[in-house]
Amino acid sequence: MGRSLFDLILTLLSAVLLFFILAPLLKLLVGSDINLILTTIQEQEVYQSLLTTFKASLVATLITLCLGIPLAYLLARGTFFGKSIIEGIINLPVIIPHTAAGIALLTVFGSRFFGGRLFGYLGLEFMGHFAGIVIGMMFVSLPFLVNEAKEGFRAIDVRLEKVSRTLGATPAQTFFKVALPLNLNHIISGAVMMWGRGLSEFGAVVILAYHPMTAPILVYERFTSYGLKYSKPIAIIMIMVTLVIFIGLRLLYSKEGRGEND
Amino acid sequence: MIKLDGINKRLDNFQIKDINLQIKPGEYFVILGPTGTGKSVLLEIIAGLLLPEKGEVWFGKQMITGLAPEERMIGMVYQDYMLFPHLNVKDNILFGLRVRKLRTAEQENRLAEIVSLLEIDHLLNRSIKTLSGGEQQRVALARALIIAPEILLLDEPLSALDPNTKEKLQQDLNRIHTRLGTTTIHVTHDFNEALTLADRVAIMDSGRIVQVGTLEEVFQQPKSQFIAEFVGSKNILQGEIINEDSEKMVRVNNELTLEVTSEESGEVKLIIRPEDIIISRQPFTSSARNCYLGTIAGLQRRLSVVEVKVDIGVELIVYITYRSLEELRLKEGEEVYLTFKATAGHVIGTGDKSA
Repeated sequence: MGRSLFDLILTLLSAVLLFFILAPLLKLLVGSDINLILTTIQEQEVYQSLLTTFKASLVATLITLCLGIPLAYLLARGTFFGKSIIEGIINLPVIIPHTAAGIALLTVFGSRFFGGRLFGYLGLEFMGHFAGIVIGMMFVSLPFLVNEAKEGFRAIDVRLEKVSRTLGATPAQTFFKVALPLNLNHIISGAVMMWGRGLSEFGAVVILAYHPMTAPILVYERFTSYGLKYSKPIAIIMIMVTLVIFIGLRLLYSKEGRGEND
Repeated sequence: MIKLDGINKRLDNFQIKDINLQIKPGEYFVILGPTGTGKSVLLEIIAGLLLPEKGEVWFGKQMITGLAPEERMIGMVYQDYMLFPHLNVKDNILFGLRVRKLRTAEQENRLAEIVSLLEIDHLLNRSIKTLSGGEQQRVALARALIIAPEILLLDEPLSALDPNTKEKLQQDLNRIHTRLGTTTIHVTHDFNEALTLADRVAIMDSGRIVQVGTLEEVFQQPKSQFIAEFVGSKNILQGEIINEDSEKMVRVNNELTLEVTSEESGEVKLIIRPEDIIISRQPFTSSARNCYLGTIAGLQRRLSVVEVKVDIGVELIVYITYRSLEELRLKEGEEVYLTFKATAGHVIGTGDKSA
């Protein structure tokens, strides 16, 4: 088989997959009624749900930055017993059905269970509250951030950190002055991925907190109660807002990425 | 003084076994060995970056085997520079002083001193991505030296550089060592670096130190076939460059001067490979500039060659084939002529121009 024929087949198959992603999105966006979208977004219920979604995913990402970057660094640099088991555990949320994840979280953070009670003393409730949305999103999307940060740390030559130690820096100073700044691009990229994935979470969130309503749940509710026509504008808004933010951050990131590699 | 006492360490690809070494204060010590013998592992153990499984590391009277690297006052320079890519030249050099929270005025003083020593004043505000290999290695050296380390550890510091840059930096290393007197341990697979720089060398093979001594000792009395082969050349002469009617000569002693081609001056080492010397019964006219009468002081039969030791005022080793031995019927005590070209003499400067 000739090279060009093979290239053609590769291109065609790739095109099918891209079409599969883009066709529904474009179909939804093109030919939609702009006025309907503008009136929809002004509905209190709609913009509140969008705000809740973005905020909850942001909080989930920030918490994971604090807890996940130390873990990523340990996994990238440490050699200890059970490391590959931990790496497997980090990936579990990707493969568990998300409604099942929601149920599992419920058995810890439900008001009758120990996690729920513990945080209850601090005045933090999960079921049917903002915090419930946060932990639902966090559980299912944290692998994106942890894995990306881990790969980033792994890509840094360990001798850079060794030099830092010989120059008098403690392990903590070395982390903050060498490893962290050098891994910033991967961490930002991982955080954006995690945040984007968190936004779209439905399964785990719907179990933990139907209210306050996030945008994916609102789309679902309007679809089941009123049908396609009423759910479509919210879906469109959701897609457009995330696309704008996602593409914007991608551009910003790739600019920084180029600077780093010059 | 640095003392390594019975150091053992096994890693995935390397193993170093029973290392015993003593390095004197102010010494330039070169660890010489082929790639992959664990030289770098040894350096990282001295730096405290790796823990030995067995054995002790001593700095003077202090046992520091388990001491963290940041508490050891060492400078480390790697073959591929390892400059921090997110910092510019100045911030790279100042890294060690900043983590030690030195006063800014003191930082600036030391910076000025070290950049002029390494001749990198003009690079200070450059991004490290714009530097050549030689410039990067100077910055790496400045970064290591600015903290005034008690020991400087150099891991193949010249191996990634092109020949010209390498030679210049080699001279600078010599100059810097003379100036600062920092105890230096330099690891390399290239014995030319050892020739120029080393006070003493250790030869390492398969994770063991197989010989320690001055270069002359190692060259003249290699303890094993491996060492002899590794150091390559047998004939190393100490001498001084003299100019005679536009011709370069090396005066080895009062009786013997040899003609060479070289740009060096002052004290030099002259190396002549045993296979580059011709033995003959009669003197003969040729383009070769060096022809001397000498006495055979010894014959050694090796696997594929015969090693002939000839005394022409100094002893030179010459390799000949078994066939030549038969045809020339050489015997100990007989007189023969040695002939070699001026270009066969490999002249290495020792950096001491005053002599």
